[in-house]
Amino acid sequence: MSTDWTARPSATPADADAVLEIRGLRVDYGAGAHAIHAVNGVDLTLHRGEVLGVAGESGSGKSTLAYAASRLLRPPGRTVAGEVTYYPAGAGRQEPGIDVLALPPERLRKFRWTELSVVFQAAMSSLNPVLNVATQLTDALEAHRPGMTRRQCLARARELLELVNIDVARLSAYPHQLSGGQRQRIMIAMALVLEPEVIIMDEPTTSLDVVVQREILARVMELRARLDCSVIFITHDLSLLAEIADTIAVMYAGKVVEIAPAEVLCQTPSHPYSAGLLSSFPSLHGPHRTLVGIPGLPPDPRALPAGCPFHPRCGEAVAACSRDVPALFALGQRHQAACLVREAAAHAELNATDSRQASPSLPGRAER
Amino acid sequence: MAAEVTVTSSDVGLVSQGGARRRPRAPWLRSPKVVAGLGVAGFFILMGVFGPLIVPADPSATSAAVLQPPSLEHLLGTTATGEDVLSQVLAGARLSLVVGFTAAVVGEAIAILVGITAGYLGGLADEVLSLVTNVFLVIPVLPLQILIVTYLGDGGWLLLALVIALTTWSHGARRLRAQTLSIRQRDYVQAARAAGEPTWRTVGFEILPNVSAIVITSFVFHVTSAIVVQTGLAFLGLGNVSDWSWGSVLYWSDNSNAFLLGAWWWFVPPGLCLAFLGSGLALINLGIDEVINPRLRTGLKAARLFGRARAVGNEH
Amino acid sequence: MHFLLRRAIFYLIAAWAAITTNFILPRLMPGGPVEAVMARHEGQLSDQAVNALHIAFGLDPNASMWSEYVEYWRNLFTGNLGLSFTYFPTPVSTVIAHALPWTLVLLGVVTLVEWILGTFAGIVVGWRRGTWVDAVLPLGAFLRGIPHFWMGLVIVTVFAVTLDWFPVSGGYSSDLLPNVSVPFVGSVLYHAVLPALAMVVGSLATHMLSMRNMMVTTLSEDYVLVAEAKGLHRRRVMLSYGARNAILPNVAGFALQLGFVVSGALLVEKVFSYPGIGYVLFQAVHNQDYPLLQGILLITTFTVLIASFLADLAFFALDPRTREA
Ligand SMILES: Nc1ncnc2c1ncn2[C@@H]1O[C@H](COP(=O)(O)OP(=O)(O)O)[C@@H](O)[C@H]1O
Ligand SMILES: [Mg+2]
Repeated sequence: MSTDWTARPSATPADADAVLEIRGLRVDYGAGAHAIHAVNGVDLTLHRGEVLGVAGESGSGKSTLAYAASRLLRPPGRTVAGEVTYYPAGAGRQEPGIDVLALPPERLRKFRWTELSVVFQAAMSSLNPVLNVATQLTDALEAHRPGMTRRQCLARARELLELVNIDVARLSAYPHQLSGGQRQRIMIAMALVLEPEVIIMDEPTTSLDVVVQREILARVMELRARLDCSVIFITHDLSLLAEIADTIAVMYAGKVVEIAPAEVLCQTPSHPYSAGLLSSFPSLHGPHRTLVGIPGLPPDPRALPAGCPFHPRCGEAVAACSRDVPALFALGQRHQAACLVREAAAHAELNATDSRQASPSLPGRAER
Repeated sequence: MAAEVTVTSSDVGLVSQGGARRRPRAPWLRSPKVVAGLGVAGFFILMGVFGPLIVPADPSATSAAVLQPPSLEHLLGTTATGEDVLSQVLAGARLSLVVGFTAAVVGEAIAILVGITAGYLGGLADEVLSLVTNVFLVIPVLPLQILIVTYLGDGGWLLLALVIALTTWSHGARRLRAQTLSIRQRDYVQAARAAGEPTWRTVGFEILPNVSAIVITSFVFHVTSAIVVQTGLAFLGLGNVSDWSWGSVLYWSDNSNAFLLGAWWWFVPPGLCLAFLGSGLALINLGIDEVINPRLRTGLKAARLFGRARAVGNEH
Repeated sequence: MHFLLRRAIFYLIAAWAAITTNFILPRLMPGGPVEAVMARHEGQLSDQAVNALHIAFGLDPNASMWSEYVEYWRNLFTGNLGLSFTYFPTPVSTVIAHALPWTLVLLGVVTLVEWILGTFAGIVVGWRRGTWVDAVLPLGAFLRGIPHFWMGLVIVTVFAVTLDWFPVSGGYSSDLLPNVSVPFVGSVLYHAVLPALAMVVGSLATHMLSMRNMMVTTLSEDYVLVAEAKGLHRRRVMLSYGARNAILPNVAGFALQLGFVVSGALLVEKVFSYPGIGYVLFQAVHNQDYPLLQGILLITTFTVLIASFLADLAFFALDPRTREA
């Protein structure tokens, strides 16, 4: 009976192989005139088996997006608009999507971790200091697989630790006895325990040193391929995404400003912000590198500039940029960017090369 | 400038959390709890200042109307010797408050001295001062105070306040030490120390402003507990019980077995004054705590604003 | 072991400090302790009483301060705290030994009840943060501000004098002889209800508020969010992730509360003429019974130190982080 109101029969994925669809998502912190619009109208589609990278400076709303999509937002944060639809595996095109934001409490609880799991940004504080590793790895099993015996749960926990390269003897260890890298790997193992369809990883390696970071990333990608799940990988390091992501979305001030296949975005970034972000990370580097490629500071979320929020820092800004808010426009098959300068250039090009064809409104323009 | 004014006049919470460029100097003054608490405390302070001046009768004047329940003539009834209870409560407010505030001022001064010194200097000085603080924390204060007061005899209110201060400073010192320790680790303080800035400057300009909220909350708490201690000691008959304070009113009522006689009007009013003053002061602290520790801020307002079905992720 | 060893050393130092304070305090009195007491009693002290004072203060006219100090310790270890003026010529240690069990049982029961209820209430109120349940907070702040002894006065007026449900005072019915029999134990419990209630109300409120605050703070931790994300059952998130961590600072802070609780209890006993340390203390104050006052300070300090150490043991068992070498 409750299936009826959470399922959305009319909702079929725009893409046949979509597993998670985010539409028009808006998240505010606080209410009224002083609300911070941390996520300000985001559309994203995660395809089955894909690694979708989300990049952007700190404060651009990446974590907020992840929390909102997984219903983990805490006050004062609140989702004010938008839809998140999950398409379970197997049943094919006919299977209706699940409206994640409308799931009632018990269905939400069952949905969590079995379908979508999260590796949080702060590994150091993500483990309960008074429970040992085994307990924290197995309690999700106990909650979702009531049929499993204690032995089976422990066997699974052991298996997972091996998967992430940690000595199984550490099962009885407490978090304070583990290094940062070990904790992060345990968080990753934990996310895999129920083999969910979707894993959201929020800067899983940011706090670690480069060597450990590399090693963990390699392992994550290997596991992803083996378990065949879809991943949303959040980071502020665009160059890292170049190596692991299939598609990359770049966020700025709560919006997606460019989205493209990884190689396209990394070789021919269209938005000046993507270009700047890319130039700040020549290769896989440590976490604390400053963004030398972009002048100025990220905007104050309480007082965003009018027009394109990036224009005060943009070397190519024109008068229109401080007036009109750019929307995503299609640059190619799977390439979109939100930049007035680029859009005008594309227009001009289109008109020049194909003047017979009038071009009223561009396809793929997202409503804003 | 105009923008800043509107920001600061808005919800205190958002301002302090989001890190507005320039914080209002005392953001907690805008918390409704703090304002309400200050109102209650202000009422009793006025009672302390003007109480003895506006008494309807001489609080020590006996009369034939003994153990009268509240009436128009005696709003809070009379004692076993026909004294006016209202007059005693009004007159007693001053001594209770004066002892409470004096003890809190002196006690906090000791707490600041010990706590900040320990936290700032670290090392051996910290070890020793922390040890002293912790010893004072575990020794039960009441027997100690009683012993000292008995030895000293009746030395007047100031001596009593000093005894209370000397035996109750440790809670504040403990909190201040912890806070100072964490501030000392911050970059700008480290930098100031490395640059050879004189200690008094670093402490005065970097440490003190950052512990002000803790100093205030522990002072407020100190006032409450000092008044309760003074009342308890007077209730036991220590000090000069013919000086009117809320505690001495309770002492005399207990001495005459007022509760056996059912003369509730004799001992209820001073206790209620204490309880209301205590709640007012506690409200101030509750409000300040919520401002300095945003995690405690979970007001009803927030819950109502954030709707139910989809807004809050973790509805239970 | 390190953690407990450190704590044990601290308690030894605290005990030493209390004992030494006790030794020094009378010597700070102008004109020497005995003379001062004599003056206070207008010379009406018997030779035996003066002798009792000498033992209580560790005085020996022919000895140095140091040898007095050593002698004081020796007396302590043999349980010799001098003679009480009030109950002359009963030794202070005997007076205390008779009164202490009453206080310990009353305080023990009160602490247990108050802890269990306060913790539970704090967990629930903290978990339901931001709902109508928050309305209990101002009530809690009000109850916390009430001195326990005054609460005792109100309670005795309502339940003993007016309603006559419980006895007004005393520790047991005077027509029973103290022994381990059903009527006697029943009478003891019956007499303990009101004093216990007077203490429980306020300390329960205190405890509930601090547990609630810790609960709210803990619930905003990342690991609680992870537990929620894992789709664990509500009760598991609330207890194993929230309460299990929130309780730690409260256990650690137990010792800090204890001084207040003991002080409150002593005054409540006076209200109910309950035959514990508090009542003896009141008698001692009344009679300027210095040896007894000193003995009470020592015994209450030791009691608090032992209780704190028990709390440390609990903390040690509850927090794996203390188990590091
Ligand atoms: N609890 C909060 N209260 C108020 N504002 C918040 C809160 N959490 C995040 N924000 C604001 O939301 C914006 C996006 O934050 P976040 O999603 O954490 O960014 P990112 O993960 O990209 O670094 C930031 O401007 C931040 O200031
Ligand atoms: Mg983030």
